[in-house]
Amino acid sequence: MYQLIRHLWGSLKESIRDLTPIIIVIAFFQLVVLQQPIPDLLGLVTGTVLVVVGLTLFVHGLKIGLFPIGESMAHDFARKGSVFWLLTFAFALGFGTTVAEPALIAIAKEAANIAATGGMIEQSDRARNDYADGLRLTVALSVGAAIVLGVLRIIKGWPVQYLILGGYIGVVIMTMFAPPEIIGIAYVSGGVTTSTITVPLVTALGVGLATSIRGRNPMTDGFGLIAFASLTPMIFVMGYGMLL
Amino acid sequence: MGGITSFLQTLLSTVQDVLPIATILFGFQFIVLRKGIKNPGQILLGFVLVLFGLAFFLQGLEQALFPLGKLMAEQLTAPEFLGISETANTAGENWHHYLWVYLFAFTIGFSTTIAEPSLIAVAIKANQVSGGAVGIWGLRIAVAIGVAFGIALGAYRIVSGTPLHYYIISGYIVVIIQTLYCPKQIIALAYDSGGVTTSTVTVPLVAALGLGLSSNIPGRNPLLDGFGLIAFASLFPIMSVMGYAQLSEWFAKRHSHKQAHRPGE
Repeated sequence: MYQLIRHLWGSLKESIRDLTPIIIVIAFFQLVVLQQPIPDLLGLVTGTVLVVVGLTLFVHGLKIGLFPIGESMAHDFARKGSVFWLLTFAFALGFGTTVAEPALIAIAKEAANIAATGGMIEQSDRARNDYADGLRLTVALSVGAAIVLGVLRIIKGWPVQYLILGGYIGVVIMTMFAPPEIIGIAYVSGGVTTSTITVPLVTALGVGLATSIRGRNPMTDGFGLIAFASLTPMIFVMGYGMLL
Repeated sequence: MGGITSFLQTLLSTVQDVLPIATILFGFQFIVLRKGIKNPGQILLGFVLVLFGLAFFLQGLEQALFPLGKLMAEQLTAPEFLGISETANTAGENWHHYLWVYLFAFTIGFSTTIAEPSLIAVAIKANQVSGGAVGIWGLRIAVAIGVAFGIALGAYRIVSGTPLHYYIISGYIVVIIQTLYCPKQIIALAYDSGGVTTSTVTVPLVAALGLGLSSNIPGRNPLLDGFGLIAFASLFPIMSVMGYAQLSEWFAKRHSHKQAHRPGE
């Protein structure tokens, strides 16, 4: 318990340092550029304290919880030696963390409204819900596929750049053919899939695998899973827009 | 009282976020791997800390930083503040009136990225894995500069009305060229840093800036332009991280070059 408190105290100081830039920027623009008083100072101070405390707890929980479990599972899967189960796990992790992501649910709803006003789908609640669910499922499938591809790449030792650059070319080509309404949503869905809990877990998984598999370098091979997870949704969502 | 209810709501949505992940992890751990976990108490404590930490963090952002940041984005982009007439359809020629907006875009992009929890996670891991060669702060600052530059340029793009895809395609070309010449160890990490930046802290503030800008300039599409800024925020860190690696390699080379010559002098 004593050790926990000492660690937390150390990371509390780091969190304060992490948040100082935002506070300076907001204070400077509010007081110097816009020359306006700060509204609701008390709420601002308590909110900032919450942010600092939250960041401290999160970073510590990351170090003692998410990182160790991600790495130990990667290690165990590598020792078990079953590619099938590893890839199943990779898909479940990508799909499962994305399908329930609150940011994605919000964006899917927004996208359905745009599609309805743009005349792509019928102006009814049912059509809108179907469209939003389809979009969510598409994004979750694409993230599952991304993690599977990324893990396969680590196992095989394929260089990351060819796959990513190939993906970029895919995005550029699809952008030319996809209906304009879907393009913005496709680009933003690549960003929302990588949530604050998914990123550390997926990173630990990749690095753990690259450390456990002989001949792989954790630096060159361990990273890259997040890049896949933010690239494939763009391609899949534009495909979804073109099919409908 | 209202604060507590809204905190409970945030906590609930965080639980919704964590629960499927925990189910998958522990399900595979016990059913497929059939192994106990080392230090189960500590892992569990870690999950609880992550859960509460994230809930506090989001609640604090919603309560303090987001409302003020969004209000500022609106005020800074209002025609009265910029000193241009509202009916002018010549925003493209008025681009220099927006200097404060670009500065705001740059600084808010930089500072929110420094506070981004997923970037902290990736930086800690990269530092461990590289044996200290990639500094935690070095990486975070490199990514933050990339985001700052991307958002400032994105704001200029909205003001000037140039098409988004010109920028994105030339950005990709620069990324391809850099990939050919930068140290191989950094490539995967650089690509990853594009994905981690568009997360909890950055997106709401940047989206508000995009919305403010495009709804005050006639002929802009608020939805598309907001998304455009986020696309920029994930493209430019890839370049800045590869640039950071290229610079450190160059400095290291020059340094060792000097040292190699010293005994002969």
